[in-house]
Amino acid sequence: MNFYPEFEVERNDSRCIRCRVCERQCANEVHWFDADGKVMLSDESKCVNCQRCVTLCPTRALKIVKSDCRLRENANYSDQTIKEIYRQAETGGVLLSSMGNPNPLPVYWDKILINASQVTNPPIDPLREPMETRVFLGKKPKHIRRNADGTLDTKLAPQLTLSMPVMFSAMSYGSISYNAHASLARAATALGIYYNTGEGGLHEDFYQYGKNTIVQVASGRFGVHKDYLEAGAAIEIKMGQGAKPGIGGHLPGTKAVGDVSKTRMIPEGSDAISPAPHHDIYSIEDLRQLVYSLKEATEYRLPVIVKVAAVHNIAAIASGIARSGADIIAIDGFRGGTGAAPTRIRDNVGIPIELALAAVDKRLRDEGIRNNVSIVCGGSIRSAADVVKAIALGADACYIATAACLAMGCHLCRSCHTGKCNWGIATQRPDLVKRLNPDIGSERLINLMNAWRHEIKELMGGMGINSIEALRGNRLMLRGVGLTGKELEILGISHAGE
Amino acid sequence: MKRIYVKEEWCLGCHLCEYNCAFANSGLTDMVKALRDKPIYPRIQVETDENGVTYAVSCRHCTDPICVKSCIAGALSKKDGVIEIDHSKCVGCLTCVLVCPYGAVVEDGSGVAQKCELCMKNSCGAPACVKGCPNGAIVYEERQAVPASD
Amino acid sequence: MKHYVIIGNGVAAAGCIEGIRSVDTESSITVISAEQHPVYCRPLISYYLEQKTDPERMNYRTPTFYADHGVTVLYGKTAEKIDAGTRQVTLNTGETLPFDALCNATGSAPFVPPMKGLETVREQFTFMTLDDALSLEKAVTPESKVLIIGAGLIGLKCAEGLHDRVREITVCDLAPRVLSSILDETCAAMMQKHLEANGIEFLLGNSAKEFKGNTAIMQNGDKVDFDVLVLAVGVRPNTALIKNAGGDVNRGIRVDAACRTSLPEIYAAGDCTEYRDISADTDKIMALMPNAYMQGHTAGVNMAGGEAVFDQAIPMNSIGFFGLHCHTAGSQPEGCEMYEEADEKHIKRLFVKDDKLTGFMLIGHMHRTGIYTALIRNQTPLSTVDFARLKLEPQLAAMGSAYRSKVLKGVV
Repeated sequence: MNFYPEFEVERNDSRCIRCRVCERQCANEVHWFDADGKVMLSDESKCVNCQRCVTLCPTRALKIVKSDCRLRENANYSDQTIKEIYRQAETGGVLLSSMGNPNPLPVYWDKILINASQVTNPPIDPLREPMETRVFLGKKPKHIRRNADGTLDTKLAPQLTLSMPVMFSAMSYGSISYNAHASLARAATALGIYYNTGEGGLHEDFYQYGKNTIVQVASGRFGVHKDYLEAGAAIEIKMGQGAKPGIGGHLPGTKAVGDVSKTRMIPEGSDAISPAPHHDIYSIEDLRQLVYSLKEATEYRLPVIVKVAAVHNIAAIASGIARSGADIIAIDGFRGGTGAAPTRIRDNVGIPIELALAAVDKRLRDEGIRNNVSIVCGGSIRSAADVVKAIALGADACYIATAACLAMGCHLCRSCHTGKCNWGIATQRPDLVKRLNPDIGSERLINLMNAWRHEIKELMGGMGINSIEALRGNRLMLRGVGLTGKELEILGISHAGE
Repeated sequence: MKRIYVKEEWCLGCHLCEYNCAFANSGLTDMVKALRDKPIYPRIQVETDENGVTYAVSCRHCTDPICVKSCIAGALSKKDGVIEIDHSKCVGCLTCVLVCPYGAVVEDGSGVAQKCELCMKNSCGAPACVKGCPNGAIVYEERQAVPASD
Repeated sequence: MKHYVIIGNGVAAAGCIEGIRSVDTESSITVISAEQHPVYCRPLISYYLEQKTDPERMNYRTPTFYADHGVTVLYGKTAEKIDAGTRQVTLNTGETLPFDALCNATGSAPFVPPMKGLETVREQFTFMTLDDALSLEKAVTPESKVLIIGAGLIGLKCAEGLHDRVREITVCDLAPRVLSSILDETCAAMMQKHLEANGIEFLLGNSAKEFKGNTAIMQNGDKVDFDVLVLAVGVRPNTALIKNAGGDVNRGIRVDAACRTSLPEIYAAGDCTEYRDISADTDKIMALMPNAYMQGHTAGVNMAGGEAVFDQAIPMNSIGFFGLHCHTAGSQPEGCEMYEEADEKHIKRLFVKDDKLTGFMLIGHMHRTGIYTALIRNQTPLSTVDFARLKLEPQLAAMGSAYRSKVLKGVV
């Protein structure tokens, strides 16, 4: 069944100089030059609205606009719902989507406001006063311990040191390109933070950035071997992912080419389908075994992170993880991005990170095990304000990936699963991969993080706080607006005005 | 001195450099007015090799410029490292086109020669191709001459 | 402190001055200039007639060129004799100039073959110097009928220059085709057709054998009436000074790649010399302005104690008439293969022998032809490049990625 295209290409012919940049830059082959009529033509049905042509058009002759051709209005059966039914009726297949859940579900970050000092406990000016944004991730001692001779026992479990409380979260080499990985690795190194390999292994070229790399072990165990485990600064066990809780990763065979297949240690062209569970983990005790296996393999030098999706009983799950020997828990909310996920799962499974984070922090505190682990939260951290709110809700640090992709050029067209990313990020096609120059990609990531660090400091200063550690779990700094009593209770914050 | 260098690993073959060059040297302030419905005669040319690798070629501002030595009108000269063309003197004999080993001097559409002058004489002030390259494939920087190896 | 003397004040002399000064900024340089003008661009005299330039813009260098380079120019004087033993030049004024090193850059002079009754032609001109052009300009009127003897580069450029200033132009040449020194029959025919379309008439394989006032009697008996006669049969190198000084002179002054003559400390450069055409591996007179400059520069560097060679000389010409341009370079040695592409307005002929490009003739294809020229000049083995691609279009892409890297990523 044919639909009228979702997007329309609006070409202002009076501005078009026929340079054909749009044609050359569109991997979806939307544009072409008609030599007879000497005009640019387009096939809008192929357009994914990635805005590559719009961005590169030197005369601003192009616009991509949403088509206003609609099925008859129906508040229950939306245009999209109906078309999805048509599509499935045609193909019999599971619908695939990419990036985070775009649906209009509540964004609690936007209903939480941050405090500032006035008169008493005055604000601090970050331009004039030192501000500490450094955080350490890992187990902290519950009490001060002394050695037999009375001196302080300063031996700590292994820690990650972050210059600011943000890290680049897991995106596998395969789901994203070599150049995207290079950009992330270089930026993390320059910034003194970490990036995460995802479950695709670590390309040999990037071992040099190991000090700023978190290596992931997921259910498919792709690319996992001893050198890999030892290459990073921490190991992350991926139990789940916010975009698709309950299922494993899926890299289409078309992306498992060349070095990707080599790095994953799988045959070229084969689909890399990670199992939904780790087949050796059916209990916290099993998880504990994997945590300690990994620690053993790396001689207890590296902290181990356990990453889970935010789901209904997240607090209890986190409590178990905190007792499993893990050093860090990473919680991924339902808006987290992905390179490919079944649409139904992405859009309907999991819970908001804000609620999950607040619940986990409270539960661990209540149980007196909060110091067993650090908490990292992810799943749509969009700005420095989100970071500050997350810390105040109890996070030690945040993971960002969508924002990092945006910094590298992503325009959120949500077509990663097609493998034809026009921005050179979510693709393995060499001609597209080269569109992301890591010199530029890393510079933009560094710029973004520096900007956020400045903003975090300003927000902290406003609250009269000069150390990020002093903000952690400091929910008095937050107020809710337009939230129900239950929501406020879970978030552990008061309503604005209270 | 600063010259234009090419990082072909980042060239996308989008040809924007050619259009930015033609616009920068058009003397006009609107790209549409400058380039619409006209053939362009850029001073930088994008080439594609047999493997599909693309890269832009423009004047190398040679240390020993054969075009300057060959100009029959005394219109080409090297000043502060930049090879310039005096359009009032050029008569369009195109000997410079015939001798430039890189194909970097080209005819301007009206019969006379033109070449990259690093946008020093137009309103850009810095090479427009470099500024407009979306992927950092053309850079304007100082590099040291490497002694010729055997 | 040395004394350098340069005989001649053309482009070779300018090259020589710049060559000397690239090594020696102290010593004195004296230029003996028969013409009263500072160095100017002789090939531009036709463009002057065409009003595309003027004497001021025709200057090869800036007005302060000689002062900037510490050069004394003796205008209106000529050298009468070079004494290679005592290293002295004697001028027409009787003065003598001592030198430590000398460059003979005397150029060439128009060759006028003996023709019966030539003395009866009142308005006759050669077409070589600015003064020639200025006199010719005065002689023509919009009603003039011009006869040009010689359909070579000079004669045809003169025809183009006069085109809008006179009523009728006829060009004759003993050779059966135009531009016979640089074009083969096919290419010449295309240029001729184009020139004819622009109103130039040709009498080829036929030349004037006798003049009676304003009438030329052609070899085939035809009579051609004219108002103004231009003699552009050819040029001869000015070799007398070196020959009389005992130097090795063939048709031109023989010089090596360092531009040395057979006489110690005496160099020669430009149109007066005969030197190696590497595309044909023979010595030739290649009276070409780019080569003159490069020879002059080479001579200058060597005169001043530096080391330079010009060992990549080839004949090459870039010439156009009424908007149709042609580029030629190198030679077509015996047994070479030709690659050809042609349509009504274009001809591309590439000549290949022994895995090398030895020459080309291109009409209407002017884009980036220097890439071809460099192949000839560098004697690049064609097996090391993608010649199939190069045939289609001159491009660095065909030269291999290593060459490209060197050129585009480094200082060249």
